[in-house]
Amino acid sequence: MYLHNQVIQGLRDRKRAALARAVTLVEDGSEHAQHILEEAYRLKGRSKIIGITGSPGVGKSTLVDSLIEAIRERGDSVGVIAVDPSSPFTGGAILGDRVRVRSRTTDDGVFFRSLASRGYLGGLSRNTGDVITLFDAFGFDYVLVETVGTGQSEVDIMRYAHSVLVVMAPGLGDDIQAIKAGILEIGDVFCVNKADRPDADRDVAVLEAMLGLNKDWQWRPPVVKTVASQGKGVPELLDKIDEHLGFLKQGNLLEERVSRSYLAALEANLRRQTVEHVLSKSRSDGSLDCALKQLSEGKTYPAALARQLVEKYLCSGV
Amino acid sequence: MDRKIRVLVGKPGLDGHDRGAKVIARSFRDAGMEVIYSGLHRTPEELARMAVEEDVDVVACSILSGAHNTLLPRVVECLKKEKGTDELDVLVLAGGIIPVEDVEFLKQNGVDEVFGPGTSTQDIVEYTRANLKR
Ligand code: B12
Ligand SMILES: Nc1nc2c(ncn2[C@@H]2O[C@H](COP(=O)(O)OP(=O)(O)O)[C@@H](O)[C@H]2O)c(=O)[nH]1
Ligand SMILES: [Mg+2]
Repeated sequence: MYLHNQVIQGLRDRKRAALARAVTLVEDGSEHAQHILEEAYRLKGRSKIIGITGSPGVGKSTLVDSLIEAIRERGDSVGVIAVDPSSPFTGGAILGDRVRVRSRTTDDGVFFRSLASRGYLGGLSRNTGDVITLFDAFGFDYVLVETVGTGQSEVDIMRYAHSVLVVMAPGLGDDIQAIKAGILEIGDVFCVNKADRPDADRDVAVLEAMLGLNKDWQWRPPVVKTVASQGKGVPELLDKIDEHLGFLKQGNLLEERVSRSYLAALEANLRRQTVEHVLSKSRSDGSLDCALKQLSEGKTYPAALARQLVEKYLCSGV
Repeated sequence: MDRKIRVLVGKPGLDGHDRGAKVIARSFRDAGMEVIYSGLHRTPEELARMAVEEDVDVVACSILSGAHNTLLPRVVECLKKEKGTDELDVLVLAGGIIPVEDVEFLKQNGVDEVFGPGTSTQDIVEYTRANLKR
């Protein structure tokens, strides 16, 4: 039996080792991945997909730990995908989110997977969208996705999540800047964590004031205070997330988000496949070398050459 | 296809010494591998579950507490149970303060290799690369 058939059967039988292996094959870009994903796209559609983003150290992983607890208390199952950065020098990574996710490690209703960003920018790994699909196909009630946490330009999660939770914490200094950088636009629910620290109330007030500037929200993002390390405020946070999902469903906006995620996945794949196609063709017939030579001689410029290569290898037969 | 080597660096039991585990984690990372660090005070059951979900090629346990003869065979046993097979496709390594006279016993109980203080991390990385099981 082919490896992918084995994995697909395992996914149908809800074997966790099969899900784990499927994620590896998808992340590594194995030839088996497309068969597995074909099946996963057939099976998916059940999970509520929650993105969790915010600067490093605000308490995202700790919040994941207590969200797992709150979700399991209600009897629902949950899969977690936690993304950390890869070293740009060695390609290696230390994935440390499990250090904060202490409880429920052996609970059958919980599945936790750490991913490395593998040089991909935007807060996720290149294939995280497909990994989310695998989790969805496995049938978790909730899928939580913790992003890398640069605090800025992490808009990728918006494309894949139904609800985006933006986490902030007092005393980190850079949060107001993060708001400027567009964080305000991506959040469906805001969380001011570490509410046991001074200044939490001030941060909530600032955030509320900024959200208040916009008068015509379809959905006015709520702001929730939490102490993730003690689980305080977390059931209320989960309620707000559910409320947002309910809002999406009611307005038929969920389909819009799902179709946005299809577009994102399609776009990512198109980009990769066309770049690979053009590069490998032009490399093998020598025109890449020729182009580089022309550039170094100052005879042309990169954008013009790119257009030539695209016309040569992608527009033939049109 | 870009096959990445994934390693779980585990701290089983009540042992709070974590310098060695962190040194080892960094050397695997610097060798281009993806390292999942379990954090302190994990049970063998928890480590085995993590190894399955993270689909690691290597389970690397660091123990300085003296409880290796109880904990490590248990880690192997749990791995077999989680994976549903006696033929493990993960390499099981151990290091820390482990007396030489215990190494044979550990090897008979499913630990593939043991590394003590003073081992060069380069040797550990090379051994790991050469002995992967899948
Ligand atoms: C520093 C230290 C501490 C620090 C720990 C700080 C920390 N966060 O890690 C502190 C002061 C907190 C401490 C406390 C205790 N310690 Co202490 N501690 C040491 C000491 C001096 C050095 C350990 C160390 O960090 N070495 C540096 C690291 C980098 O080396 P390493 O861990 O050996 O790792 C290397 C290799 O072993 C290998 N390796 C390690 N793990 C792994 C894993 C894999 C998979 C691989 C491949 C390789 C590998 O690679 C590393 C690099 O070469 C040792 C003595 C010694 N010389 O080893 C005692 C020692 C480990 N401690 C000991 C004891 C008894 C204690 C206490 C119980 C003391 C007490 N009564 O309170 C407490 C218990 C703490 C706890 N909660 O568990 C004993 C253990 C005795 C035993 N096993 O039989 C030792 C051996 C001292 C002794 N000779 O008695 N300790
Ligand atoms: N005081 C306080 N500390 C917290 C709280 N939540 C998390 N922390 C601590 O903040 C640090 C970073 O947490 P972590 O979850 O790793 O943050 P992440 O980088 O956003 O995933 C850790 O030391 C946590 O223990 C909280 O509610 N209050
Ligand atoms: Mg984290």
